[in-house]
Amino acid sequence: MTVRNAKHATFTIERVYPASPARVFAAWSNKEAKTAWAYCHPEWPVSDHVFDFREGGREHLVTGPAGGTRHVFDAVFHDIVPDQRIVYAYDMHLDERRISVSLATIEFFAVAGGTRLVLTEQGAFLDGYDDIAGREEGTRIGLDNLDRQQRQQRAA
Amino acid sequence: MTERSTKHATFAIERTFAAPPSRVFAAYADVKSKARWFGGPEDWGKSNLKLDFKVGGRESESGGPPGGPVHYYNAIYQDIVPDERIVLTYEMHLDKTRISVSLGTTEFKPAGAGTRLVYTEQAVFLDGHDDAGGREQGFGGLFDQLARFLEMQ
Amino acid sequence: MLNYQAPLDLAFQALADPTRRIMVERLSQGPASVSELAQPLDMTLSAVVQHLAVLEASGLVRSQKVGRVRTCRIEPTALHSAERWISERRASWERRLDRLGTFLVETDPTAKPRRRK
Repeated sequence: MTVRNAKHATFTIERVYPASPARVFAAWSNKEAKTAWAYCHPEWPVSDHVFDFREGGREHLVTGPAGGTRHVFDAVFHDIVPDQRIVYAYDMHLDERRISVSLATIEFFAVAGGTRLVLTEQGAFLDGYDDIAGREEGTRIGLDNLDRQQRQQRAA
Repeated sequence: MTERSTKHATFAIERTFAAPPSRVFAAYADVKSKARWFGGPEDWGKSNLKLDFKVGGRESESGGPPGGPVHYYNAIYQDIVPDERIVLTYEMHLDKTRISVSLGTTEFKPAGAGTRLVYTEQAVFLDGHDDAGGREQGFGGLFDQLARFLEMQ
Repeated sequence: MLNYQAPLDLAFQALADPTRRIMVERLSQGPASVSELAQPLDMTLSAVVQHLAVLEASGLVRSQKVGRVRTCRIEPTALHSAERWISERRASWERRLDRLGTFLVETDPTAKPRRRK
């Protein structure tokens, strides 16, 4: 039996990037650019990626470990202010089960030397999910991603 | 040029109704029922509520005081669990300006023979349009109207 | 609404670090000794021990010394589903925003071309 119990939470993350707001915004608005950084697990195959970046447009992504749980991401873009702000709603499914619905606000502020990006997620977590899915989600990071970052830092 | 800013806010409202969850849920799911309680004050005119009650379906309503700005409500249903939960996201516009985007979760919990309704809204108010609790008060008024509708059924 | 109590903030802090995320990933596959955890990481043992201390303080990881071997394991009750989901959403964003930073550096049109392996 599913225990129905929605829990709500909000968090904010900030970053400063040495790039103009236009360049940082383009990394979010352009499908090819976005796929270079935005997949949660770049080592997983992606079987479907729809990206229609406009107010009222949607994004749809199906991914997951080969032979494992299907992770489905569905978003609707509510508010887009070029080079300044994106507000979208998204939900996540693990196989057939909707796990969460969230609002994401991304703001791009010009600062000396680049852009301050402020990301706010307001989420509704719906129903518990079992430990198997939890372990799969995990907090994994590809070692090759970490390695690449470290090489980047050493080369800088 | 518009000064861009956002303000994030969350509020929760709880109400208890004598009607069981299935009846309270039905007041949300059926457009004729919903139009009887979900709307602005009387001077805003007759309800023009449109409702396609399914996941991915849309809901819309508009109105405003005579001679004043028109409020537009547009929602998308994100999650529906019959008699238990509704999750939607919605935008408010004042005339042509988008003033907020919100995530609204309505839970219908059994309470004896009745229902404890919990509504949680997580909102982002855009470009200075935050309303210092006005949204929360507005929902309080809607739930008063829902209570009256359920009593009259 | 969930209250942000200290344990949640500590968990976020713990998961915001990429090394600690690797350690938690390894432990989510099963318990490990400190030296097993340290083996794939390019840092001193004392650095690993410091990371472990942060993970233990956050309640995500538990360790126990038997004889000369300290064994670490994920604390299964530390995070209920909702808290775990939030930690994961946040950790996921942190990883992706890291990768965004790398992408912006790599695609900088004003940067001098670098020889890359």
